[in-house]
Amino acid sequence: MSGTPGKPMGWLPAPVVELLDAALVADLTVVGQRGRPLTHPLIPFWDGERILMTSSALFSRKVEHIKRDPRVAVAIVDREALTKPLQARATIQGIARIVEDDPHVTWERVLPLWRAKEPVIDRFLKMRFALPLFFERAIIEVTPTRCLWWADGDTSHEPSEARAPRPTRGRAHV
Amino acid sequence: MEVATALGKLSEYPYCSVFWRDDEGAPLSVPVPRFAVDQAEGTVSFEAPTGEAVRVPTEREVGLISGHIRRQPGIGYDERRYVELWGRARTDGERVVFEPTDAWGWDEAELPFMEYSERGVDQAIRYFGGLSARFGRPMRPRLQAGWLFFRATRLPFLSATFVPVLLGLAIAARSGTFDPLTAFLTVIAAAAVHLGLNVSNDVFDDLLGADRLNYTPTPYSGGSRVIQYGLLSRREMALLSAGLYGAAILIGLVLVAMTRSVELLVIGVAGVIISLSYTAPPLKLVYRGLGEFAVALGFGPVMLFGAYVVQTGHISLEAVVASVPVAIFVALILYVNEIPDRPADAAAGKRTLVVRFSPETVRLAYLVAAIAAFAIIVAGVAASLLPLPTLVALAALPLALQVYRGIGQTTNAYGLMSAMATNIKLHLVAGGLLLAGYLTTIGAAAFGLAR
Repeated sequence: MSGTPGKPMGWLPAPVVELLDAALVADLTVVGQRGRPLTHPLIPFWDGERILMTSSALFSRKVEHIKRDPRVAVAIVDREALTKPLQARATIQGIARIVEDDPHVTWERVLPLWRAKEPVIDRFLKMRFALPLFFERAIIEVTPTRCLWWADGDTSHEPSEARAPRPTRGRAHV
Repeated sequence: MEVATALGKLSEYPYCSVFWRDDEGAPLSVPVPRFAVDQAEGTVSFEAPTGEAVRVPTEREVGLISGHIRRQPGIGYDERRYVELWGRARTDGERVVFEPTDAWGWDEAELPFMEYSERGVDQAIRYFGGLSARFGRPMRPRLQAGWLFFRATRLPFLSATFVPVLLGLAIAARSGTFDPLTAFLTVIAAAAVHLGLNVSNDVFDDLLGADRLNYTPTPYSGGSRVIQYGLLSRREMALLSAGLYGAAILIGLVLVAMTRSVELLVIGVAGVIISLSYTAPPLKLVYRGLGEFAVALGFGPVMLFGAYVVQTGHISLEAVVASVPVAIFVALILYVNEIPDRPADAAAGKRTLVVRFSPETVRLAYLVAAIAAFAIIVAGVAASLLPLPTLVALAALPLALQVYRGIGQTTNAYGLMSAMATNIKLHLVAGGLLLAGYLTTIGAAAFGLAR
């Protein structure tokens, strides 16, 4: 299985990893307070083992939802929101963990991945004083458990499926 | 968002995803091939995804989402929008028919990102409250100390102080009196009063509700937001304000002792009273439509006379005349910055001139005031009260006309930002040119060219 240079190998299929590395938007679906599935568009990062996303304190309801029920899905479907042209589409189910011990700085560990995918983040970081609450962020770490993907992007066909080698238990929060 | 509206928006997207909770209750999201919106029926139909793993359930709630962003390399993104609907699905042969009952969405063309973010501030504060409870220690948003001071005091607005104080010093210097030490202390004291005023204004606007009701703050309006954002508490801001006023009063007393000027003592006391009464009860001048006059008085005659009297020990007619255009330009900064705050100010009972006037009158009054300011400079020169080179300040007139046009084009806070920035520039440029006129006169006199 191929992977992103410098990142550990995981069980996710190569086309899905490539998609995660290129996606500027992924749909994160969480279980809402009343059990309703709720979807939030976010930029995803792949660290070789987990999908990492961040949520501003301003839009942190999803974080509260994940603390209650850590089961999530991450779908990458928008071909326009990719850093390079790719045909594949995928949806990944997983268990999320919230990292928020210091929302001012902890999320910055995602910055190298963010910078590599979307260098414009540095431009926004320079305006941190103007958007202070936007840069108070929690990390959403998603450990994939199951993946469905369409290598040619044609979702009228049955998807390929892969599962994590062994059940992965996530913690609700740190 | 209304379902019909959401369906209309959904029909503009090239793709969508359907999501639900699977048999084990975990969320699952699947791209939908070729969907069609039937506005009349209020439904969305699409080919049923192939395979048992992605069978859309008909016995429980499902959702649909679609969105769009446009990447602007090196700048960021625009055209950000998405729409999300919830309802039930049923099968119709090979197709799934989705009947939405609820919808939600965001389109930055309708709700700008800054306002969208501002509407999330209460959620952010709740979030930090939850974190504090969970970790057993107070947790709140942070900024580096320097940036926090910059933001809390609204430091860039100090130009409103520098213009009258430097002009007062220049007028004194033209009359042959200039002491660098007392001039320096005057600048520091005036800056401290100004920053103390900015901070106390935030304290009372938070206390009286005006800033909390404002969802469209800009860098020029709506206050510093440090209290609303939880960066500093109201008490910390009150202490900061008291510290700044305290420093200003202390330096002022030193200057009074050094100059032995009763006039300076009177001006200083008047300045502090006007400054404090700007937002603070019982006077709350800005809430009574007197804010512009208070600011004009404080950042015009009081600052300019103060600087002049420190140097000369008396007030002159020249200083009076020179202070009037400066007073008008600074009042116009407040006046224009109040335009986007109009709804929040009205809701909080803050009856500023902008709240009291009709939009047409707001614009007309701006033009009249700006032209009056320039006319006073011309009249001052014609009466030989101001030196001839100060006429160079008329070069700032196009800026006033630019602002006049700008405030007539929109009442949207973000649309007004350019006009607000130009208006601040007007005060700075006109004041700076007046100062340049004085410095030219002083320079010419030093070289024996003129007096």
